[in-house]
Amino acid sequence: MIQADLNIILPEIVIAVYAMLALLGAVYSVKDKAAGMLIWLTAVLFVAMAFWIGTTGSGTRVAFSGMFIDDGFSRFAKIMILVSAAAVLVMGQDYMARRGLLRFEYPILIALCAVGMMMMVSAGDLMSLYMGLELQSLALYVVASLRRDSAKSTEAGLKYFVLGALSSGLLLYGASLIYGYAGTTGFAGIINVAEGRAPLGLLFGLVFVMSGLAFKVSAVPFHMWTPDVYEGAPTPVTAFFATAPKVAAMALFARVAYDAFGGIVADWQQIIAVMSVLSIFWGSFAAIGQTDIKRLMAYSSIAHMGFALMGLAAGTAFGVQAMLIYMAIYVTMNVGTFAFILSMQKNGLPITDIRSLNLYSRAHPGRALAMLVLLFSLAGVPPLVGFFGKFYVLRAAYEGGLVWLAVLGVVGSVIGAFYYLRIVFYMYFGEEGETLDPPASPVLWSFLMVTAAIIGLAWLPGINLFGIEGAAQAAAATLVN
Amino acid sequence: MTAMAFAFYMFAISALVGGLFTVISRNPVHSVLWLILSFISAAGLFVLLGAEFVAMLLVIVYVGAVAVLFLFVVMMLDVDFAELKAEMARYMPLALLIAVILLMQFGIAFGAWEVSPGAEAAAVAPTPVDVQNTAALGLLLYDKYFLLFQLAGLILLVAMIGAIVLTLRHRTDIKRQNVLHQMWRDPAKAMELKDVKPGQGL
Repeated sequence: MIQADLNIILPEIVIAVYAMLALLGAVYSVKDKAAGMLIWLTAVLFVAMAFWIGTTGSGTRVAFSGMFIDDGFSRFAKIMILVSAAAVLVMGQDYMARRGLLRFEYPILIALCAVGMMMMVSAGDLMSLYMGLELQSLALYVVASLRRDSAKSTEAGLKYFVLGALSSGLLLYGASLIYGYAGTTGFAGIINVAEGRAPLGLLFGLVFVMSGLAFKVSAVPFHMWTPDVYEGAPTPVTAFFATAPKVAAMALFARVAYDAFGGIVADWQQIIAVMSVLSIFWGSFAAIGQTDIKRLMAYSSIAHMGFALMGLAAGTAFGVQAMLIYMAIYVTMNVGTFAFILSMQKNGLPITDIRSLNLYSRAHPGRALAMLVLLFSLAGVPPLVGFFGKFYVLRAAYEGGLVWLAVLGVVGSVIGAFYYLRIVFYMYFGEEGETLDPPASPVLWSFLMVTAAIIGLAWLPGINLFGIEGAAQAAAATLVN
Repeated sequence: MTAMAFAFYMFAISALVGGLFTVISRNPVHSVLWLILSFISAAGLFVLLGAEFVAMLLVIVYVGAVAVLFLFVVMMLDVDFAELKAEMARYMPLALLIAVILLMQFGIAFGAWEVSPGAEAAAVAPTPVDVQNTAALGLLLYDKYFLLFQLAGLILLVAMIGAIVLTLRHRTDIKRQNVLHQMWRDPAKAMELKDVKPGQGL
């Protein structure tokens, strides 16, 4: 029995064992000098695991008496998580090395964080949900304050830790209420109790659990940590925050909503719809006054999470499909944008002020064009891929009967376009000023160019978003039925 | 009122009072002592529930180790608690308002509470009759919750790595003891005898 269970969680076991072996190997040998090699090794392992999960997985399998679910939905999310984590690891290596932050624990913590994220998206029980969430969060708290000599970085880590502990408390309180009123922590058991009309106590628990999860996806009103943490953490870590953990938290959100509370869609639909609208508007308005590109990306991620939640709020299989497509596009755009931000430096020091991009297009026309494509896509300008992401979630909200939500989403995305266009304005029509150093790293260049090419061309009829639509549809079908 | 119910209310009241004074007492050392009272009351509640193993764990681990550690940290840290308290007082009205609203909502929810027919049957862990407390926990932990147990181990590993990453510094400007270096020290090389002439010095 245990053998069959272990077979199902084999990818997680491989990554966890790799992390422990790498830790021992690095501690007893060259320590931090192994960091560069470990980063590449971890990235290769992530991609290999993503490939393995993508090619061998089939059907729905349940392990450890319902605590771990391996289905199409979790496989889709895991592939996104692993590939984006690998990309961000490789991208950040050069930056970390130049700032003296390249410590061998970094890739190991990221690997353990990936195990936590994989547990999250496969959780079939409130307890395994919490374990996965904590494993992921604890690793993130540590990497946020990796630059321990900087007051900002340690503040970011501490702030994230204290608020994260608070949100874990909310989530646990909600989980205990759900356990008390449903009599079980397994999602399969909860959905039987929460069928049609749920007991009031269960709804209280649901609200608390959703608050805890909203903190992890940084949806308004649980967003206040995001700008400070994004700004304070070292940029490669910020890039990581903006990609893989967001996918994991969003997938977990969908998992709880449909696997445990799929019988009372109307009860949680309104909560998610309100959070979605607030996130879109707050993310768009608050970003207008920002000049630090990392804070700006934080508000941008809040607004984007609002759109992803909109797909979830629709309460249909198409809504989940739209959410998955949106997350895939969002992650691709963010990888490209952070490849650009990581290469911004002046006199050898990293710089994050967007006014330093004055007339960037004259010095580096190719890179400016790539960034232009990414920013237009983030803003949702047709025909770039970002537009299709927004189009899918808006259509899902409309078809789900939430017309007001779709209308507000369109208004919010128009407001949000302003601050992306402002960066473009600085790059193309800014004032004369000191220019940035010529970027050195070919790795960052290729990431920027490849993602910009994907974003700029994947909408073409022959490519058709690389067939992600069908994959997301199949994944959503396993969750919502 | 049975003795059980009486004991329950006593433990519950002292747990709540302990928790309250942990937050509001002026002296941080007193806060920790109130926290210990709260832990011990919770242990009493566990005994009433028949979970004596968990009660002992609470006393040994939380009171014996964690709280004492807290006490040391509080005594050694140089934190201006008066300033922190002043900060807290500013937000107190808002916090109280939220707490009262939440409390009232829970009151309403509790008033409308009805046991759903499926709840009793869905309870996954029936109380074992002839199995000892400790043995029952072990059976669950190492068998049914094997996955969670291993994950908890991974979480502790991350915590350990994190503590080392964030605090360990290899300082080069301090002297360390190297035992082999000391043992292999050669008196002939380490010492030099000089004949100092009177009134001249070195």
